[in-house]
Amino acid sequence: MKSTKAYPTRQPVDRYASDLSPSVQESVYNASKLKTEARVDALQRDFADPDANRRLAGAIKQHTLDHLDTYLEQAESSLRENGAAVHWASDAESANQIILGIMQRNDCRRMVKSKSMVSEETELVPFLEKNGMEAVETDLGEYIVQIDHDHPSHIVTPIIHKNRQEIARSFEREGLGAYDDDPTVITRRARDYLRSKYLEADVGLTGANFVSAESGRIVLVTNEGNARFSMAAPRIHIALVGIEKLVPKDRDLSLFLSLLARSATAQCLTVYTQFIGGPRHRTQRDGPEKMHVVFLDNRRTEVLSGDCRKILRCIRCGACMNVCPVYRQASGHAYRGVYPGPVGAVLSPLLKGKEFPELADLPKASSLCGACNEVCPVDIPIPELLLRLRNRAKHEHVSLAARGTPSMGIWARAASSPGAWKTALSAGRLLNVVPHGFLNLSSPARAWQSSRKLPPFRGGAFRKWMRERNPPKNGVPSPDRKSEPDS
Amino acid sequence: MKDRDTILKRVRDGLAETPERTPYPEYDPACAVMRQPHEFSSLWELFAWRMKSVNGVPLHGWNALGDFLRERALKFGYCDPEYTEAIAAVCGSLDITERFDRNDLDRYEFGITAAAGAIAETGTIVLTDAATRPRLAALAPWIHIAILQEDDIWPDSPTALKRLGDDPSVIWVTGPSKTADVEGILKKIEGVHGPGVQVCCVV
Repeated sequence: MKSTKAYPTRQPVDRYASDLSPSVQESVYNASKLKTEARVDALQRDFADPDANRRLAGAIKQHTLDHLDTYLEQAESSLRENGAAVHWASDAESANQIILGIMQRNDCRRMVKSKSMVSEETELVPFLEKNGMEAVETDLGEYIVQIDHDHPSHIVTPIIHKNRQEIARSFEREGLGAYDDDPTVITRRARDYLRSKYLEADVGLTGANFVSAESGRIVLVTNEGNARFSMAAPRIHIALVGIEKLVPKDRDLSLFLSLLARSATAQCLTVYTQFIGGPRHRTQRDGPEKMHVVFLDNRRTEVLSGDCRKILRCIRCGACMNVCPVYRQASGHAYRGVYPGPVGAVLSPLLKGKEFPELADLPKASSLCGACNEVCPVDIPIPELLLRLRNRAKHEHVSLAARGTPSMGIWARAASSPGAWKTALSAGRLLNVVPHGFLNLSSPARAWQSSRKLPPFRGGAFRKWMRERNPPKNGVPSPDRKSEPDS
Repeated sequence: MKDRDTILKRVRDGLAETPERTPYPEYDPACAVMRQPHEFSSLWELFAWRMKSVNGVPLHGWNALGDFLRERALKFGYCDPEYTEAIAAVCGSLDITERFDRNDLDRYEFGITAAAGAIAETGTIVLTDAATRPRLAALAPWIHIAILQEDDIWPDSPTALKRLGDDPSVIWVTGPSKTADVEGILKKIEGVHGPGVQVCCVV
């Protein structure tokens, strides 16, 4: 990475952004911009006051989190009533072991996987492969991520960083046919190949978009139909679910589904919305005979007890990354975690636990413009949470978070000594005559100035103005001012 | 069991210092029902208009379905035993079977199954485990034809949620299978894993 050398003090996200190839940057920028615009159009067209719905959904989620103990127990008993086995995993390792155990006890060798960000968190696929199991991603994007040994760069469209030519080359390499970058051909080839995988599989693994505590129904949305297939061919269904996925009642689902589909892809409803209330019906020939639900903590309870609880409202629509000017420049891999974009800048460092410092720079990768909050379907005040994490990084003296920030030491010394301050201000005028090239002494200053020009220095006039203005009468300054200060 | 108790204890401890817990907001789920661009004379009219807007094919009556099957020059497919007679009456040239063999998925050009309901608001078909049999016949063939009783068209999604009943697998289908994974083109690529053509015939 040449830019690391050139700017050793730059933040990792900046480095990723400058190392991104123009074609990837274009793919990310175009797709995210397109989705942001379509989202706004859909919400404005369909609702008189879409903001009211966002705030309502936020309140329902916040209520659920504030009463999570009650709702988790209610969900557990509803799921059991539906005939599902409920498992609890306090961390990633424990979740993976539970899933492996279910497969081993049921003589299973092959799994088809529907899209699940939680399974990315636990690194389930490599774990199962290491233990002699086959696990195939069936979401088109995730399948391409898998054959390329890549990582998703977006939570809804995982290969937003790839164009069709790259995908076509991957398919050619995997023996799925001669090079053809027509998206329809790419899709047909994946369809044909993955069908055989569905039919061979013993287990279908899914995540959950929502779980109704009231009825124990697992709600899943996909556009492709891969979650349906994963639950039509295999004999066992496992759902891996973060404990924050609950909603209180079935009646809450129309609000959440309407917001999720519009926020993610500007649809009124995602093509397939599945309400799973247990193993297959007695009259049904296809579908799982057994259903397992694994509730995963993996530091969510730690987040719940901290001052960033609101981030657990997230329903993973991806709208905040689509709208984020930093994400659009840097793409998802810059966030070095499972969850990219603004939500990831809050969630990923938190989910690191003690390794928080590794990702403590992420909360700084934001201009705090607030666009992420404006588009959030559950009204998460992301900028506020980013500020809390910046504060935490400062208190923990995380060097990565401070990287690229000029030291405030010199400023502090000058500001606490009137004499030094006065001298510094008079010296400031020199900036107007000295060529700026001579000022690039430190790397942060060089990095900052490589893309900006200093305005003319006009400071130092405040004291003069103070002296010349009329003295205050009874402590109240006179309105008769001769001149306004420059600074 | 150890993990269960650990997690629930951590949740309780984490919530202990919450000064004010957010109450469940009182609201009418109708707030999530979208407005329509103009008035429709019946739920069927709205459903059909909405279904077309997501690239679905709404048909009214057995004869319309017969025309659809002939126009497409379809030859072989699966049909729910309940409808074979009606299909044979409107399209005699078809070779239809009442058996769906999962090992021969690609032989079936179409699958005809029952729908349990529909949502007019969004042009959505509702499939259930009890009514739509077998699961694969409604999913694997390129063309899925759902047969729906006109009385089972419900106005909106809150109504449909109330009708979930005790079926273990209720699926709302809004148009054909799609993907936005290749360069974010959602509208152009259809038939990813599920049907590329989604039909609903109201009888």
